[in-house]
This record gives sequence, C-alpha cells and structure tokens, in this order.
Amino acid sequence: MPEEETVLEEENMVENEKKSPVQNETIPDKIKPDKDDGAKTKIIVSNLDFYYGDSQALFRVSLNIEENKVFALIGPSGCGKSTFLRTLNRMNDTIPGTRLSGTVLLDGEDIYKVRDVSAVRTRVGMVFQKSNPFPKSIFENVAYGLKVNGITNKDLIAEQVENTLKKAYLWEEVKDKLNNNAYLLSGGQQQRLCIARALAIRPEVVLMDEPASALDPISTSKIEDLIAELKKDYTIVIVTHNMQQAARVSDNTAFFYEGVMIEAGPTNKIFTKPDKKKTEDYITGRFG
Amino acid sequence: MDKLQFKPKSRWREFIGEKFIALSALSALVAIFLIFAFIFKESIPIFTDPDIKEEASVDKMVFKQEFYEGREAKWSWQPNSEVPKYSLLPLFIGTIKAALIAMLFAVPLGVGAAVYSAEFASRRMREFIKPIIELLAGIPSVVLGFLALIVLATFLQKTFGFVFRLNTINAGIALGLAVIPIVFTVAEDAMTSVPKSLRDAALALGANPWQVSMTVVLPAALPGIAAGIVLGFGRAIGETMIVLMASGNAAIISASFTDSIRTISATIAAELAEVVFGSAHYSVLFFLGTLLFVFTFFINLGGDYILGRLKIKFQGRMK
Amino acid sequence: MINPTVTETAAPAAEIPLAFKPKKGGYIPKGLTLLSVIIITVILAVILYNIVFGGIGIISVDFLTHPPEQGMEAGGIFPAIFGTVALVILMTIAVVPIGVLTAIYLQEFTSPDSRITRLIRLAINNLAGVPSIVFGLFGLGFFIGFVGRGMDLLFTDGSGPVWAQPAIIWASLTLAVLTLPVVIVATEEALRTIPPEIKDASYALGATKLQTIIRVILPQATPGILTGAILAVSRGAGEVAPIMFTGAAYYLPYLPGKLNDQFMELGYHIYVMATQSPDVEKTKPILYGTVLVLLVLTFMLNFLAVILRSKIRSKRVNA
Ligand SMILES: Nc1ncnc2c1ncn2[C@@H]1O[C@H](COP(=O)(O)OP(=O)(O)OP(=O)(O)O)[C@@H](O)[C@H]1O
Ligand SMILES: [Mg+2]
Repeated sequence: MPEEETVLEEENMVENEKKSPVQNETIPDKIKPDKDDGAKTKIIVSNLDFYYGDSQALFRVSLNIEENKVFALIGPSGCGKSTFLRTLNRMNDTIPGTRLSGTVLLDGEDIYKVRDVSAVRTRVGMVFQKSNPFPKSIFENVAYGLKVNGITNKDLIAEQVENTLKKAYLWEEVKDKLNNNAYLLSGGQQQRLCIARALAIRPEVVLMDEPASALDPISTSKIEDLIAELKKDYTIVIVTHNMQQAARVSDNTAFFYEGVMIEAGPTNKIFTKPDKKKTEDYITGRFG
Repeated sequence: MDKLQFKPKSRWREFIGEKFIALSALSALVAIFLIFAFIFKESIPIFTDPDIKEEASVDKMVFKQEFYEGREAKWSWQPNSEVPKYSLLPLFIGTIKAALIAMLFAVPLGVGAAVYSAEFASRRMREFIKPIIELLAGIPSVVLGFLALIVLATFLQKTFGFVFRLNTINAGIALGLAVIPIVFTVAEDAMTSVPKSLRDAALALGANPWQVSMTVVLPAALPGIAAGIVLGFGRAIGETMIVLMASGNAAIISASFTDSIRTISATIAAELAEVVFGSAHYSVLFFLGTLLFVFTFFINLGGDYILGRLKIKFQGRMK
Repeated sequence: MINPTVTETAAPAAEIPLAFKPKKGGYIPKGLTLLSVIIITVILAVILYNIVFGGIGIISVDFLTHPPEQGMEAGGIFPAIFGTVALVILMTIAVVPIGVLTAIYLQEFTSPDSRITRLIRLAINNLAGVPSIVFGLFGLGFFIGFVGRGMDLLFTDGSGPVWAQPAIIWASLTLAVLTLPVVIVATEEALRTIPPEIKDASYALGATKLQTIIRVILPQATPGILTGAILAVSRGAGEVAPIMFTGAAYYLPYLPGKLNDQFMELGYHIYVMATQSPDVEKTKPILYGTVLVLLVLTFMLNFLAVILRSKIRSKRVNA
C-alpha cells in the first residue's frame, strides 16, 4: 500500500460545523484535567477530524495528554479508539485514501507539519493489539528499530537490546536464546517482546492498542505491571476494552462514542462520577 | 533518559528507490510493446518496399495467383521455388486443422477431468489428479513433438493405415496433450470458485450433489470453462515444436485430416534459419509472426475478460 | 394438513400433488468424467514409461560427461547439458530481479484497482500467452538486430559482427522475457502471504518504505521468489522455439565461454537429432537418453517448486 501523506485540510474547513452523529451531546472543546499537579502536557490534540475515504471516523476531537502519565481510551467497538491512537504517530498515513484536519501537537510541534514521518514515529512508538514480531531472531527484533534509524555501532546495539529487554522484564526469560526465532516465544512473551522492540529506540510516547486483549490473565497482569513501571520514563496512551484494566493502569481516561470524544478527565472521576449520561451508561455496562 | 542519536533519513534514496521499482514494474508492459513493435517492424517492407511488394504483396498472400502463365491460378506456399509463392491460405488451413483436432481431443478430456476433480472427486483423488496435470504441463513441447514423431506416428499408421505417417491427426493429438492442462486448470478453477452459498442453496432445496453440479455449478462456471477452451485454442494456434516435428510440414490445401499440414508457427521455425536477412521471404515470416501475435493477443484478452467478469460475479466487486 | 376443516371451507387453490421422483445418483456423468481422468493418467503413464525405458539404458557417467561423436550417433551430451545450465543461469540473473521488483510494485505500491496496475496485469497475462516462436522472432529482431547491432556500431571497429549474431546472451535474455510472468506471479503470491501487521510494526519503528521492503518484506518472500525462479528455470529449460534463431547451435566443438558464444542445448539437441539425422534408428538410443535427461531435469525442478510452494501455503494457514 502506498504511504500517502495524509491530506491536511485548510484551516477554514475546520471551522465548518461538522454534523456529529450524536446530536444530543455537545462536543467538548478542550478538556483540561481538573486536578492540577503540575504535570506537563505532552500532546495537545485540537479539533481533529478524520476520514476513511468519504466516511468520517473522528469528529472534532480535542484532548490533552500529560507527560509521564498513562492515558486510557475507552468506548464501544468501532467508536474510533484505534483510529485516534493511530493519528498520534501518523500510522494512518499508511492507509490510502485517508484524510485528516485539525492539529496534533507533540511538545508544541505539529506532527503533521513534520516532513519526515519516520522522525515522528521514532518519538511516538506503538504496540499493536495482536503481537506482531518480525520472523527474525529475538535480538534482531529488538535491534530492528535501531538499525533502520541508522545506528551501526554493534556494541551500542547489543547494550541497548539488553537494557530494553531488562526494562520489559523479559531478559531473564530470553537471555540464553537471543538468536532463536521470536515465533518460538509464548503469546505473552511475544507481546512483551513487541513492547521491548518499541522501547528500544527510546520513544517519548508509547501508544498501545489493546496490548493485552489476546493474552491470558497472568500475561495480562505482567503487562499491566510493566505499564505502571514504564510511565516513569514514558508517556503512555492505551486503548482498552476492559474497564477494570483502564481503572487499574491509567491516570486519565477519555470516553469515545461513535467518533466523538464524549468526556475526558482523571480516571477515578470518569469511573465514579462522570459528567455525561452516555459515559455513565457505558461504564455501568448499560451498552457497549 | 538520553535520546539516541538517529541519522536523518535520506529522502533521495527513498525517492530513487521507489522510482526504480516503479520503472522496473513497467517491464512487462514494455516487453509486450517491444515484441509487437519489433516483429511488426520487420514485416513493414511487404507494405512499403516496391521490390518486396513485387514478390510478396498482401494481395499475393491472400488471393489466388497465376504463378505460371496459362496455368490455373491457385493458392500455394513455395517461398524457395524459382517463382516464390507466398499464399498464406495453405498455412492457415493447416493451422486451423491442427488446432481443431487438438481441441477435439483436449476439450472432452480437459473439461471432463476438471468436472470430475471439482465436483465428484474426493480430497485424496483431487490430490492425485492435480500433480498428474502438473506433470503433463511440465513436459516440454519438444518432448511431445519427439514422441509424436517417433512413437505416436508409427502407432497411428499401423493401427489406422494412414498413407502419410506424419499427418494432421498425429500432430493434433500431440498438440492436444499440450492444451489439456490449460483447459483443465482454467475450467477447474472456475468451478471451484463458485461460491459455496450457491451450492448450499440448491442442496437445501433437496437437490443431490450431482444435480447441484449440473443445474447450479456448471451453468455458473460455464463462462470460465469457455475461457479455458478459448485460451487452450490460443495455445494450439501458437504452439511450435510439436507441429514442426509431427505434422509432416507439407503446405497443401486439403480437407482431409490424414494429410500432412504446415502450420504458421512451424513455417516460421523451419524457414527463418535459412532465410536471407531483409529479403521478401524474411519479411513475410515476420508478418506471419505478427499475425500470430495479434491473434493470440486478442484470444488472451478475450479469455482474461471472461475470467475477470466471472470473478466479479462470484466475489462481488473487489474492494 | 394440520387443520383439514379450514381448508375445506376456503376456496381450494387446487393442490397439485407433487410427485417427487426418486433421485438418480448421476453415475453416468461421474463415470464419463472419471474416464477423462483415467485416459489422461494412462497417456501420461505411457509417455513416462516410454521415455524412461527408452532412455535409461544409455544413461551413464560417460554419456553425461562426454561430447557427441560420429555425427551424433555416438558419444554423450555434455555440451548440451552445459549449455542448458549456462543458458538458464543467465536467464535467471536477468529475470528474477525485474520480476521481483514488478511484483513488489504491484503488491506494495499500488491499489489493485488502479489503472496502471490493471494495465500491467493485462500485459503480464498477455505475455504469458504469446507463442514461443514469436519470442524467437522478437529475440532475433530486437536483441540481435537492434541491441546487438547497436553494440557493434558503438563498441567494435565494424570488421564483422561481434554482438549482432546468435549468442547465449541473446537466447537467455529472450527466455527471460518469456519467463517474466512466471516469476512475477510466484513472487506476488508470496508477498500476499506476508501479514500487514508486520509491515505496520516496521513503519511504527520509523522505518521507511524502502527499509521495510528490504529488511522485512523481501526476507519473508524469499521462498516464494525461489519458487518463481525454479519454475522459470524449468520452463526456460524446456523451450526450444525462442532459442533456435537467437543462439542455439546444432553442434559446437567447444563450450561457450563468452557471452557472445553460441551454445548447445538439450531441447534443441533433441529437435536436431530427431529431425535432421540421416539415420534416426541409429541415434534413437542417444535421443531417448537426451529426452530422459531433459525430462528428469524439468520434473525435478517442478517438484522442488511444488514442495516449496506447499510449505509457503501451510505457513500462511498457521500464521
Ligand atoms: N482501514 C479502514 N478503512 C475504512 N474504515 C475503517 C478502517 N479502519 C477503521 N474503519 C472504521 O472506522 C471506525 C472506527 O474504527 P476503529 O478501528 O478506530 O474503532 P475501535 O474503537 O478501535 O474499535 P475496536 O474496539 O473494535 O477496535 C469504524 O466504523 C471502522 O469501521
Ligand atoms: Mg481498535
């Protein structure tokens, strides 16, 4: 598939009122987490509209994501969580026929104005729903990102691979079989390898799209522990279907519904006394 | 945590790489174009060069000619005689006759085997039939020609008492062996790609499997089977080594299938090696090649078109 | 009827009794189509039997390693084996890169519906159906008459043709054009089996498209590319018509050592011995031996390709 540059629409197009499918909800403009603990904002998304061809998948989404926190995206299937997540590192550019308007600022810089897409992706890493290691050795999987980004120093690569695997709590399990094919690992190990692979290039933000949905409870809890550990060094945005998981791992949560960001705020507030009726219905399991 | 020092990516390398790939991808298109351009180019003199037109104009190739004064006008292919004769009719007739026998032989066997494989065969049986067809397809045509020349011709002559050992039937049967795999593969593919929902609908109405085959699958796959036959015919017209070795190569006009024949392809193969570069004969042989190319081009286009339509019908428009 | 009283009062919509016929099993079509399979199998068995038993007697180390003697009525076929191998190696070097790049372009750079993709596909399908003798004409007209002559004009003093004459390089390039569709189709099939998630993973790590192709896609597609190359070799090794005028020689006292040397080839050797030998009975054992060698060579290659392909397919199922 051709990696087309996603078309940035003219600013004035953004001003046109977009018809949201959720008519009775007012579209929130910009959500500020109401608890001010001095956290720095890492990503600011404003007025984001996203289209797959003619069908609009995101409607005027605005969000702030704080540094060194875990941000959870929840909502029913098909509401646009993955789509939104992929706008944050321009992975949607790889899908032909997609369009986007609005801005995504990373440390104040619009990532859609950056000419070199891969520079954005080295800063904003991604872990996918289905573990997708390369059919290469464990070592090569972790080293891949370093190599494609022009690092040739063998010692540096080996050191970084080891450090990253340790950080992903995988080192003890794989240190004797670094040259084995990654497919020989268990499902949970494969997913942790994919996390390690994403961490190896030291991104600033890590996007995770339902990273534990295909795993057993033990592997899932290992990943959750890992996430809690990682937020010291990284900003994490995680999509999850599992509300307990969102409650356990995240600091802030946003609720999406039919392409609209309904409500965002501190996780305990969203889960205990949400402002919007839709959110309440969803977290109490009345739909979705 | 320190940032790693990454090298910025070279946009140029990326750009050149992509353009290089795109350019290479035009190879097949360029090849088709060059093939036509270069064989047609060599045959242009028969339309333009006055000396060559004198010897072999299109008129002379098509209409009866009075080659010797006072004698009866006729169609004749004798490019190397004192008076070179370039009538294409004997070659056309030979080509069609050989293809006809080949199709008579290959279609029942190819379609029959395809129907059996797609409709009646057990899984294990199918796993036996497929390699058989692949083996048959893998036999080089020069080997089929050799067998027709050495073995089949003798066998047929002994059995049926043919006057000419190398004749249309002999060449046609060997040609048919080369055509069977094409007919089989395309037809079987068409039948197995009939959507399961269609079969199930008929089965649910109480039809038994063979009624489903005859009333649902075969009619639905009929265009595909036709495409297989059309593509097989294209192969039969263009195949060279078999007819060159097994047909007797006599350019005569005859309705009998026990006479020898000379096909267009075999004529090119047999005569091009000795022909004088740039002569009328040379141009005529390239002209024959152009005709073959154009004919098979349209046959393939037609076959492809049918198969493309069928695919859309079975799968819905591809996303 | 569940409730007969109701139907009695309502105007009876004349219930026609449906007399279902007991279903016949369709033994006749099943039997007839099975007969087609049996006939094809028997023919193939007879062909293989004939060749194996006709040729096995003469196969020996000497036969495989010595040149022909006494006007091909004695000796071996080493130069023809050598020439065939050299021919297909050169052909592979030419066709694999271009075919692979084309497949990459079609699978990774364009959508299947785009105009250019459809045009290229059309060209590939048509190229696969061009008669092999037309490739021979093309090789003569384009490679020898145009490229070769151009090279002579540019690089030689004009004392005589160096490149503008039949040679192994022109024959192998002609075969490369002929086998291009084989390589493209096999590579495309392999590329289609690569899960898109793996490409996503590569992009997400900041790899460019070219890096992803070179480091992730190509290594994954290697078995498929190999399959394509093997199939191309097996096809190329069996073709005679395209090399008759572009480089194959009746007999050569030396082995080809330069790109512009002529060469002997197994298929062409068979054709020559079968049709030009003054006493076919005398050359028959050698002839059969040569056919056996050619057949074993092509079958072995096909077999290898089938195994590789089934491995790739089972991998896709597991993934
Ligand atoms: N590649 C695509 N092309 C066209 N439409 C798409 C594509 N991917 C997603 N969509 C559509 O966009 C909408 C949002 O999809 P998305 O995958 O973002 O939902 P999601 O919230 O991640 O759902 P899930 O929880 O099931 O993963 C859906 O209606 C979906 O059908
Ligand atoms: Mg999703």
